[in-house]
Amino acid sequence: MAARLRWRKFVSNLMLTMTGVCAFVSVAVLFFILGYLLFNGGTSINWAFFTQLPKPVGEAGGGMANAIVGSAKLLLAASLFGVPIGFLGGVYLAEFSGSVVASVVRYAADLLNGVPSIVIGIFAYSLVVLPFKHFSTLAGAFALGLMMIPITLRSTEEFLNGVPRMLREGAMALGASKWQTIASVIVPAAYRGILTAILLALARVAGETAPLLFTAFGNRFWSQGWGQPTASLPVMIFTYAVSPYEDWHRQAWAAGLVLLGLILIINIVARTILSRGIAVPR
Amino acid sequence: MATATPTIPSAGPIRGSRSFLSRLRDGDEIARLITLVFAASVVLITILLVCELWINSALPRQKFGLHFFVTQVWDPVMDEYGALPFVYGTLVTSAVALLLAVPLGIGAAIFLAELAPPRVSDSLQFFIDLLAAVPSVIYGLLGVFIVVPMMRTVIFPALNKPFGYLPIFKGPSYGVGFFTAGIVLAIMVIPYIISVSREVLLSVPQDQREAALAVGSTRWESTWKVVVPFAKTGIMGSIFLALARALGETMAVTMVIGNTPKITASLFAPGYSIAAVIANEFTEATGDLYLQSLIALGLVLFLLTFILNGLARLLILVTTQKGSGVSN
Repeated sequence: MAARLRWRKFVSNLMLTMTGVCAFVSVAVLFFILGYLLFNGGTSINWAFFTQLPKPVGEAGGGMANAIVGSAKLLLAASLFGVPIGFLGGVYLAEFSGSVVASVVRYAADLLNGVPSIVIGIFAYSLVVLPFKHFSTLAGAFALGLMMIPITLRSTEEFLNGVPRMLREGAMALGASKWQTIASVIVPAAYRGILTAILLALARVAGETAPLLFTAFGNRFWSQGWGQPTASLPVMIFTYAVSPYEDWHRQAWAAGLVLLGLILIINIVARTILSRGIAVPR
Repeated sequence: MATATPTIPSAGPIRGSRSFLSRLRDGDEIARLITLVFAASVVLITILLVCELWINSALPRQKFGLHFFVTQVWDPVMDEYGALPFVYGTLVTSAVALLLAVPLGIGAAIFLAELAPPRVSDSLQFFIDLLAAVPSVIYGLLGVFIVVPMMRTVIFPALNKPFGYLPIFKGPSYGVGFFTAGIVLAIMVIPYIISVSREVLLSVPQDQREAALAVGSTRWESTWKVVVPFAKTGIMGSIFLALARALGETMAVTMVIGNTPKITASLFAPGYSIAAVIANEFTEATGDLYLQSLIALGLVLFLLTFILNGLARLLILVTTQKGSGVSN
């Protein structure tokens, strides 16, 4: 019996150690990615990367200034489109709706959240690019904004529902109407959680490449206004990484470092500073 | 997505019983209508998305019908399109990804939920969340410059030498191919498996563990024979979620799969996937049938992920409610 018990204990310790190894390996992947990007991107990043336009094919040097500005424009327009719909829709779900309408909207949002990003790209193409007959910054922003809606909507609803009932009752007892209660008491009470969720949504779409391939397309020059195709960091990384040129590979690493750094910083700020004490949606 | 936020039961809308006019006067009705418009637009957008995909894929549906899925030819010059090589590539890469990611992900989730002290577990989970935030094009970048060369020089020779007679390990290898894409996909879906499985495991009531330990089982036996079976459906849900992600993943796969519309038994041969062919050929698709065939592939992808996501949500919901129903 003792031998059997020893065996069982041995198996137990072995398997539990294995699970620890699994966890260690999974987390190690993150640091490996970070380290590799820091090493490769760090040695290839330079001032020209941030300030110059891409050089013609085959010529070394140049930068991605237009892609950085393009990404910023895309994200700005995407937020202007996606956040209001998600936020106000979330307010409706949490404060006004009956259960049938709410579950329909929730279902639609979950469905939209699960749509592969490339399919979002097809949708934006047929809805925005085809009627206007050319690729544009707005089409790309529309695709990215679509992806922000479900995240913003569901987390707005969740955080508004988390506001204690006493606060509502207190405001209404003072004679505030319902929308005054919402605007001056409930939303301010939940704003940190909502802001966190919006930032996380922004970080997620910042790295999206697939929906931009045939909406914002790409551009080797400055994009004028909002109606023209524009370069963006993720698409540039893709085209540069699969190209045969050594110097483009170098710039792809630099762009990868900039993009990942930006996304991780937003994530860390949102998750640790803003959301202290609140559960953050994943 | 599932979250750990506890719902506060008392918080809900307060409904007045005043007349419509008085509500209109103080702005409540206006606020309700405005927010309703935005909420409804979410539903409209979703319906529109499905309609656009359906309408814009009418041509191949009429011309090929269900043959679309069993035809191997993808020939833009002759205007003939079959989805089989892409469906095959998508399924094979996802299967490889799950085979690699599921054991590792569930192992890590068990460690985080059962073994690690809460503080350690939470901080490791933080890193896992960051890992999930890494964009797919970055995974593709690392795939192109690390996994592909490693595949060519280390992994392929190591597997080809002893097992080369098996069709799935036949060479030659160019580094790109199904297996490479599977590895990159596995790394990408592990965070999802870990996060959801950990949450599901944490929702298993404490008495289950205590009862197993009380009848003399070791720590591992209580975990593997009691806690994990209790959370089984939820863990299945996390796997479906990961599968949906793997099927729809575009950029990383496009960069490492080799982009060759061929069906080969060898895992080391270059192939193609649904998402990858859309990404590569959409902008250069000339002719309506070509473009609409690509959109039809998008529709297939949409339906697949739609079904899988629905199943996953259901399974996760069932398990976490089972846990909270018993105690908590």
